[in-house]
Amino acid sequence: MRKYVPKDNVQGKSYYTDRFWVAPRVPRSEVEEGSHFADVVKALGKKAKESYIEIDTLVVHIDAKKNLEIMTILKEKCGYTQCSEQSAVDYLAQDGEFELFYQLLNIAEAKRVRVVCRLKKGEAIESITSLYKSANFAEREMYDMFGIYVNNHPFLKRILMPDDWEGYPLLKTYPLHGDEFASWYEVDKIFGKEYRDVIGPENRDPARIDRYDTKRFSRVGYEVPFGADISEGEKEQAIEYSSELLVDYNKNAGKQLDERK
Amino acid sequence: MQQPNKLTPFFENLNFERDDNTMVINFGPQHPSAHGQLRLVLELDGEQVVKAYPDIGYLHRGIEKMAENMTYNEFLPTTDRLDYIASTSNNYAYALAVEKLLGIEAPRRAQVIRTMLLELNRIISHLFFIATHALDVGAMSVFLYAFREREYAMDLMEDYCGARLTHSAVRIGGVPLDLPAGWIEKLSSFCSKVEYELEHTYNALLQENRIWKMRLEDVGVISAEDALSWGCTGPMLRGSGINWDIRKEEPYELYGELDFDIPVSDRCDSYGRYRLYMEEMTQSIRILRQLMPMYSKTEPQLMAHAPEYISAPKEEIMTQNYALMQHFVLVTQGMRPPKGEVYVPTESPKGELGFYIKSEGEPYAYRLKCRAPSFFHTGLLQEILVGTYIADVVTIIGSTNIVFGEVDR
Amino acid sequence: MAQHQVNYASAAGLPIALTSVDKLVNWGRSNSLWPLTYGLACCAIEMMASGASRYDFDRMGTIFRASPRQADVMILAGTLSKKHAEFARRLYDQMTEPKWVISMGSCANTGGMFNTYATVQGVDRIVPVDIYLPGCAPRPETLQYALMMLQKKIRRESANMNNNTKQNLRLV
Repeated sequence: MRKYVPKDNVQGKSYYTDRFWVAPRVPRSEVEEGSHFADVVKALGKKAKESYIEIDTLVVHIDAKKNLEIMTILKEKCGYTQCSEQSAVDYLAQDGEFELFYQLLNIAEAKRVRVVCRLKKGEAIESITSLYKSANFAEREMYDMFGIYVNNHPFLKRILMPDDWEGYPLLKTYPLHGDEFASWYEVDKIFGKEYRDVIGPENRDPARIDRYDTKRFSRVGYEVPFGADISEGEKEQAIEYSSELLVDYNKNAGKQLDERK
Repeated sequence: MQQPNKLTPFFENLNFERDDNTMVINFGPQHPSAHGQLRLVLELDGEQVVKAYPDIGYLHRGIEKMAENMTYNEFLPTTDRLDYIASTSNNYAYALAVEKLLGIEAPRRAQVIRTMLLELNRIISHLFFIATHALDVGAMSVFLYAFREREYAMDLMEDYCGARLTHSAVRIGGVPLDLPAGWIEKLSSFCSKVEYELEHTYNALLQENRIWKMRLEDVGVISAEDALSWGCTGPMLRGSGINWDIRKEEPYELYGELDFDIPVSDRCDSYGRYRLYMEEMTQSIRILRQLMPMYSKTEPQLMAHAPEYISAPKEEIMTQNYALMQHFVLVTQGMRPPKGEVYVPTESPKGELGFYIKSEGEPYAYRLKCRAPSFFHTGLLQEILVGTYIADVVTIIGSTNIVFGEVDR
Repeated sequence: MAQHQVNYASAAGLPIALTSVDKLVNWGRSNSLWPLTYGLACCAIEMMASGASRYDFDRMGTIFRASPRQADVMILAGTLSKKHAEFARRLYDQMTEPKWVISMGSCANTGGMFNTYATVQGVDRIVPVDIYLPGCAPRPETLQYALMMLQKKIRRESANMNNNTKQNLRLV
């Protein structure tokens, strides 16, 4: 019987699993009193559900509905004037939620805060483009890659994938090699569906072998004796060199330089 | 509505002839001065841009998706193809993010070599910027001169790692190779060569060139607030008068020990940014000169000692059983970093290049997000292009120094 | 009815006596191959390097053109994404005959390391390719060698492109 492969996460998984392996966690530390981060946590008050420092960054967990409100506090009271990055992580398989993060930067203090919130599947998040214009592209990319709708975004449209693309590539349910639609996209678009047979399926196998080579591999489902000729009269053309008009670059007329010029 | 199955030209439902006297033109996705595959849809009123709409994604290769399907070490060569003009800066940013996640630090010699390679890559990238920017604006000879110097830098990279463009010269936990014999001397002569050429060729050709100044001055003006709000970093931010360089403010590698200046310009225009790039090359040479004597004072260890995550040196693998077993496990299964998330910013030649890695304790990253500076600089185009003339569009695109490998990822 | 003029080109191609015309035409075609600057990704930088100071493509009569109407050879340098594929094909269709295609780098040949949903797995799914150029990224020397191989190929062709058989289109 074939091993059951879960469909909700089709990304690469380790072949080797150690039943007794418990992954350690990156150390998290409490926010120290009197530091800049303590002021940030104080300014947010109860709106921050959880806050800790992980690898020099203050991580604040918030409610997804309050994101704009909290960003406004961070920008206007705490001096986080730049939103470096904004995106999502797919936790649909485990929790049915997305984890969204906003990476903010305070230039005056040289400090970084990551605001993290959880968003249920099918819910929309409020846009922060009114505060940080860089979120314009970042939110569009998030919509493109995860299908997360952003309310009040000025121009929510696919950004990296074509407009007529189907599926959201960074979801864990989306395979790396793409689905049926993705594999025929360019052929359908350029030549039309009727040319699928002419062009043939994509070769996704980096280890594809020569079709006439029956010495190393035989055809699956069409077994032939070792080394049998299956070319059916098609011949491999031998290499010939023309002598007229051609410069023979294979001749040892060239000179190898000792030093680069 | 276009017929999607035919090869007839279609214009994606754009209305080219309009009643309000504006014209829509399509720039790209294949345009020689678009620095790659940028597609700009410009709405023009006469020669003035009324609306600009940058359309990206023509080089989207699914690198973030690949990261979820590869072990940490497997993914490293893929980062070369992000900002392919300065590959080592991407390798380094990724390696540093993973190192922070693992909690290890590269040995001193590896740090010296890495910093050297990073600065060399900065020079390569900035020379490329000067070359293409000048070519776009119309100065052909600068392109030929800059590529000449760039080839010398490529020779140095090639002598170190064997590749010209896609280096993979930094590994997680250190560097794979020691510097070859005579490399430092070559680097030293390269430094003086570039220094001379900067002064006598580029500055002489461009700095006071009347046409160059007319094309660049007061073109593409970005105010400091806009630059911050749009997520500009690197020379784009410093060109708007904000003194922010991650090498200085949040020092990584050896930058805390080195003595260098951060050039800042408050001109806010393309000419100011051009001057920044030139000045940064001089500073890079200054850093390289400080690094050269530091190299000989270091121990010859190249990779960090962390047997849980990083293979032992080749000699140990060949002689010691435990090292061989570790190596086997690390190659077949990949390292398993602890659970957690990390965002590490570095100052790449283009700006803040950061990697966000979410690890669930598996050999595959659960999520990897590459914060590419060019992505946000491209977003900025929709605002700064409005109101400019069509001849300046190319200047502004050139001065943002965007690379589409990292915009589209 | 007698014809005033014999239309050699539309009949069965050029007669044997005109092979020196073939030679002349092919000499011209092969020594002034003007490529379309089709820089897509990393390989485009190496393509630029081969046009620049050290490698100097101009000495082979190769001058990069920005317009498909003026180009003979399309150097597809870099990863072709699915979003871009239709534009590549459209530019290929806009090029005038005779035209050739060089697929530069692993990504253009087979999709290379980008075995993902967004990458065309080989540009030969979109346009017919004459020369496949391995490497990631190929060095400028490789591109120059590829161009010389293309010149060789052109010199074997018949000047009338309709007259080319599989036999003489074969690359030496």
